Amino acid sequence: MFAFIVRRITQALFVMLIISMIGFAIKNKIGDPVRDLVGERVTPAEREQLRDKLGLNDPFFTQYSRFLKNALQGDLGHSFFYKKPALSVIVAKAPATIELVLGAAFIIILVSLPLGVYTALRPRSFFSRMVMGFSTLGVSIPVFLTAIMLIYIFGVQLNWLPSYGRGETVDIFGNGWWQSGFLTRDGLLHLILPCFALASIMLPLFIRLIRSEMMEVLETEYIKYAWAKGLNPMRIWLVHAFKNTLLPVVTVFGVQIGIMFAFTILTETVFQWQGMGYMFLEAVERSDISLLIAYLIVVGSVFVIVNTVVDIIYGFINPTVRIAGRT
Amino acid sequence: MKKLVLLVLAVFTVLTINTAVGAKTMTVALDADPVSLDIHVQLSGGMLQLSHWCFDPLVRWTKEMTFEPRLATKWERINEYRMRFYLRQGVKFHSGNTFTAKDVKWTFDRMRKSVDYKGLVEPFVGVAIIDDYTVDIVTAKPYALLLNMATYFFAMDSQFYSGQDDNGQPKDAIVKIGPSFALNNASGTGPFVVKSREQGIRMVMERFKDYWDTASPGNVETFILTPIKEDATRVAALLSGDVDFISPVPPQDFKRIESDAKVKLVTCNGGRIITLQLNQERRPEFKDVRVRQAMVYAINNQGIVDKIMKGTATVAGQQGPEGYAGYKENLVPRYDLEKAKKLMKEAGLEKGFECTMIAPNNRYVNDEKIAEAAVQMLAKINIKVNLKTMPKAQYWDEFDAKAADIQMIGWHSDTEDSGNFTEFLAMCPNAETGYGQYNSGNYCNKKIDELTLAAQSETDLAKRAKILQEIEQILYDDAAFIPFHWQNHSYAGKENIEIEPVINSMNFPYFGDIVVK
Repeated sequence: MFAFIVRRITQALFVMLIISMIGFAIKNKIGDPVRDLVGERVTPAEREQLRDKLGLNDPFFTQYSRFLKNALQGDLGHSFFYKKPALSVIVAKAPATIELVLGAAFIIILVSLPLGVYTALRPRSFFSRMVMGFSTLGVSIPVFLTAIMLIYIFGVQLNWLPSYGRGETVDIFGNGWWQSGFLTRDGLLHLILPCFALASIMLPLFIRLIRSEMMEVLETEYIKYAWAKGLNPMRIWLVHAFKNTLLPVVTVFGVQIGIMFAFTILTETVFQWQGMGYMFLEAVERSDISLLIAYLIVVGSVFVIVNTVVDIIYGFINPTVRIAGRT
Repeated sequence: MKKLVLLVLAVFTVLTINTAVGAKTMTVALDADPVSLDIHVQLSGGMLQLSHWCFDPLVRWTKEMTFEPRLATKWERINEYRMRFYLRQGVKFHSGNTFTAKDVKWTFDRMRKSVDYKGLVEPFVGVAIIDDYTVDIVTAKPYALLLNMATYFFAMDSQFYSGQDDNGQPKDAIVKIGPSFALNNASGTGPFVVKSREQGIRMVMERFKDYWDTASPGNVETFILTPIKEDATRVAALLSGDVDFISPVPPQDFKRIESDAKVKLVTCNGGRIITLQLNQERRPEFKDVRVRQAMVYAINNQGIVDKIMKGTATVAGQQGPEGYAGYKENLVPRYDLEKAKKLMKEAGLEKGFECTMIAPNNRYVNDEKIAEAAVQMLAKINIKVNLKTMPKAQYWDEFDAKAADIQMIGWHSDTEDSGNFTEFLAMCPNAETGYGQYNSGNYCNKKIDELTLAAQSETDLAKRAKILQEIEQILYDDAAFIPFHWQNHSYAGKENIEIEPVINSMNFPYFGDIVVK
């Protein structure tokens, strides 16, 4: 077991090394950060000086090893635009994104469960057909279009909901880090549209997934047996069938939440939501390369750590994993 | 109990008085927010806008392109090298310090140290203090644009910015990357004091209680600036009433805003010219003046203004717009396809040729669409153009490398004067002097260089205008570049906001003077 853990951790470190290298390799293709820092009048010679001062003219491996050395001490560089350590910029933007994803996940659960179950039980009803039709439509509309449509309908035409930003936030820990929109009316109102926009990507998928899983379960022998036993239909559907439907759904849900973080880039841009996704896109546009690399490292390490931990736990639960890893 | 009633009443009256006086709040959404509170850290439109909100210049431009006294009440030329400015008395900085001549000198010396400003103040020798409220600005050569430059002299509070901050760094340090005192602290004489600032999220400014300009009609007490980058979201924020004022307004939404009675649209001429440069070193064909002329004749720039810009630009035939010293009325746009074909035939290139072109896709209004339209128009005279567009982050390196035969560039003269266009875009490229830094066409005409330098030190404005007009004429005849149009600035606001009086062609909305009804 110990060897297995060591091997997994070495692998994880190796993956991190590769991520950082890829990040570094593409950074020169993104553009010159100095351009965004100076006005038009600044001469090429002065720009060159500035590049020298920032160490951008050093050979690749000098820059890379300097970066690694600092990274090991927890310093991922300075953001050119924010003029602050890149890591603290990312950490400050994280709560907004997490709240957005949580809100969207909540909506997905709240909407997809009843709809999925209903469409499985009454596949031929008019309502089910409508839900399925809409969900096909939902999958095919890109998220930024959904977002703009939501803003236009609920923000501009009906004027029910605010159109951009996070609104009023509350400082949860008293140190200014986690500004939460969950605790104020204004903050919650601001959350509604972006969360729906973000949820719209995954919602159809989950309705369909729950529906098909549920239909499959309803065909199984033990459900037929339950019917034969003359159990109450509600009990069969909700306790016997639904519970077994949930297992695969929960697994998929866990994976999709991670993917949802990627989709926040578009949603946040349209809603001027000050999270990590918006920050990432802005950084690309400004060629704020040190912030970009830091972002890749942070996101990469979150995924790597989660996966490593899961693998190790699997190893404890299921010994065959360990053996498979050895061959 | 009585006490409680009294207290409640007192609180109530205070609250009502407050609203009765009309403490107006204005929320403004722009496409970006200032990158720093240090006005010398970067020379850009956004930073100059901030300079006008929180600081005051010696003089500023009016809507009619004349000079208006701000911190200087009057000025006079002492001799060819020297201009005397009489400063306003009784002006306070946000910190409470009093504004005097030494702040002007201190500010000038700081501009010298800024990478961005140093080119701008290069013609100056320095600021000489005559007494507490009189300064002389001295130039190395006779310099016609001294007043134009005085619009960049935003007085900073020398006492406030002196000494060391908590990190042991001098408070006046100009730091491009990394923390500095001036990044987060500002003390100017301007109409607004910065209360809080979260970069990229919002900036809250409040009216300065001791602001010297008591004659200003401005009545905004709280000014909230929030950047909204997405065009559609910015427009939606205004239409839904979440913000009071937006800029820029995307051309495709003009109709939408005009049709809504609750909001209004205001546009105004801007001085940014959009052009294509033809690289004569990469493409021998472009050396032939007839080919260049043919290309100018082939471009229907009026059509581009009407169809792509939806009328929000002024079609151009020369570099500087009307109102600039070098503007010549006869240099009109010249779309004429037949003539273009004839010229190509004369040049022996009836069959045309193939060439490359690059343009940015997020720098100028509709830049990519303009470039695509130009490609189609040039195809009509058999010039096959292979266009590549890219984000500005990548564009400028390609532009500097002169990576394509045809390159797009827009230019706004930061001196609000014709000479600046020629200095950067049309003079022979020279790495030593820096002239022709953005002349990627390698157009080089000794006569143009001579005239431009002569115009710099000519202080007789009538004579100078003659020279500048001659330059425009030569560039026109030579077809040194392909002109499209001058971009307009666009603003939209709620009905109760009087936008018109505070905007100008520099795109520095003077929010200190804005009236909210």
